[in-house]
Amino acid sequence: MTAMTLDATARLLAGPAGSGGSPDLATHMATHGPLTLPGLDDERWRAGMVRAVTESGLLGRGGGGFPAGAKWDAVRRTARRPILVVNAMESEPASAKDRVLLAHAPHLVLDGAEVVATVVGANDIAFCVAVDNDVTATAIESAIAERAGHGLTRFAMTVHRPPHRYVSGEESALVSWLTRGMALPALRVDKSVPLQVGRRSAMVHNAETLAQVALIARHGPAWFRRLGTPDAPGSTLVTVTGAVRHPGVLEVELGTPVIDILERAGATALSGVLVGGYGGSWLGSSHLATPFAPGALAAVGSTHGVGILVALPVGSCGIAETARIARYMAGESAGQCGPCVFGLPAIAGDLEQLWSGRADASVIDRIESRSAMVDGRGACRHPDGVVRLVRSALSVFGDDARAHAAGRPCAGHSAPSVLTLPTAPTGPASARRGTAKATSRRAS
Amino acid sequence: MNAQSGLAARRPTPQRVSVRLRVDPVACDAYGFCAELLPERITLDEWGYPMVDGTPVEPSLVAVATRAAAECPRRAIVLEQVRLAG
Repeated sequence: MTAMTLDATARLLAGPAGSGGSPDLATHMATHGPLTLPGLDDERWRAGMVRAVTESGLLGRGGGGFPAGAKWDAVRRTARRPILVVNAMESEPASAKDRVLLAHAPHLVLDGAEVVATVVGANDIAFCVAVDNDVTATAIESAIAERAGHGLTRFAMTVHRPPHRYVSGEESALVSWLTRGMALPALRVDKSVPLQVGRRSAMVHNAETLAQVALIARHGPAWFRRLGTPDAPGSTLVTVTGAVRHPGVLEVELGTPVIDILERAGATALSGVLVGGYGGSWLGSSHLATPFAPGALAAVGSTHGVGILVALPVGSCGIAETARIARYMAGESAGQCGPCVFGLPAIAGDLEQLWSGRADASVIDRIESRSAMVDGRGACRHPDGVVRLVRSALSVFGDDARAHAAGRPCAGHSAPSVLTLPTAPTGPASARRGTAKATSRRAS
Repeated sequence: MNAQSGLAARRPTPQRVSVRLRVDPVACDAYGFCAELLPERITLDEWGYPMVDGTPVEPSLVAVATRAAAECPRRAIVLEQVRLAG
């Protein structure tokens, strides 16, 4: 997958594209300018940085879209030195933005990590990269080694390799991996209580979020806000795939109409777009002018999620694509919560019946009632994401769904899949714990 | 605690305090005892896992809700105390 940048929008992806390896520290400095960090306990600098990031309006780029500075305060108040966890797992199968960013600008991510670690008083920075993504891990390790060679060893930076599963990129699952070697999401009743690695508070940030922090630290909040919308400022990385001539990662201004992003990637005639990933939602062809920003997408019933657009060409079947994703997502459950373990396969099965055109007449009602039954009932948001996607499919491809249910599947129902799915998972989210509930007595 | 510190403030009368039910979905193994004991507030989904709506339990049902939580073999029913308005 190639990285492309749009003129005037190149911030994260500014500078020469790496020919082979990633840019070294000197090239990085030439592109972005120096970054001066204060003494480790310079509270005035820290408070200024909190203010700058708050004023910048930076929203986290890992999918949740929460204000980046909002979680700093809770961690800054804790007594023990916290740990900063950098999420470069890229668990969304349709996303490549973090690996492209870390290939193109690893030092920018490391800069941002050092800024945040200084702000919250962390000594340790733990980078999490999926176990099968050696390219990204090597890029980070090389950047760390290069900094050490220049005597820049202010923080202990380590690279960790959790299993590559959909749920293992969830922030509580990363913390669980670092603490006990099991990448399982945890139930969090009060999200204002910081996560813990052992007895230390942990703060998890997406890699792109940290790169944006590194730019804000250099150029300030007013510069950051020159791009984007008042509610969603700045640029962002979007992975564009599907029915486009130039699939890849683009850096775009937040608020750019979805259709413009798709056209820059060479989109052809579309019947819909998957926005935000496999736990995201479909955007109908009548809403393609919607600005790519969380508020505008939510207003038309879609979701921003991780920066992902997958273009579905005219003539393909949105029900078939959704059924395939639902089956994959059912297999990606951590196996901890009954509604997820039993509900997602049931919904996937309903969708497969609908897809085939051999379902009973009540299948759409059943999908809707099972979706309502599963929504919000897991420890993490994995089932909620599937439900969101499925509901959006029934809405955006409603005519198709009703035709399928009436035994008249659309012409595209046997077309090859547009969405690429990873190969079937071969093991549970943790090597040490099976999907207990799938084999419990309820399965009988 | 309010300014009128006293017995009433420290131990609110039962009518002023209720509980909210929550299910710990990781702990829950669908034994279903809770729905047997408190069908007014707990129903089971089609796979046998309890569903609760998160609103405060009527004061008259607090005692049986407490029992439903205590009887769960997996300790998966969590009671959160809530103060009722008025």
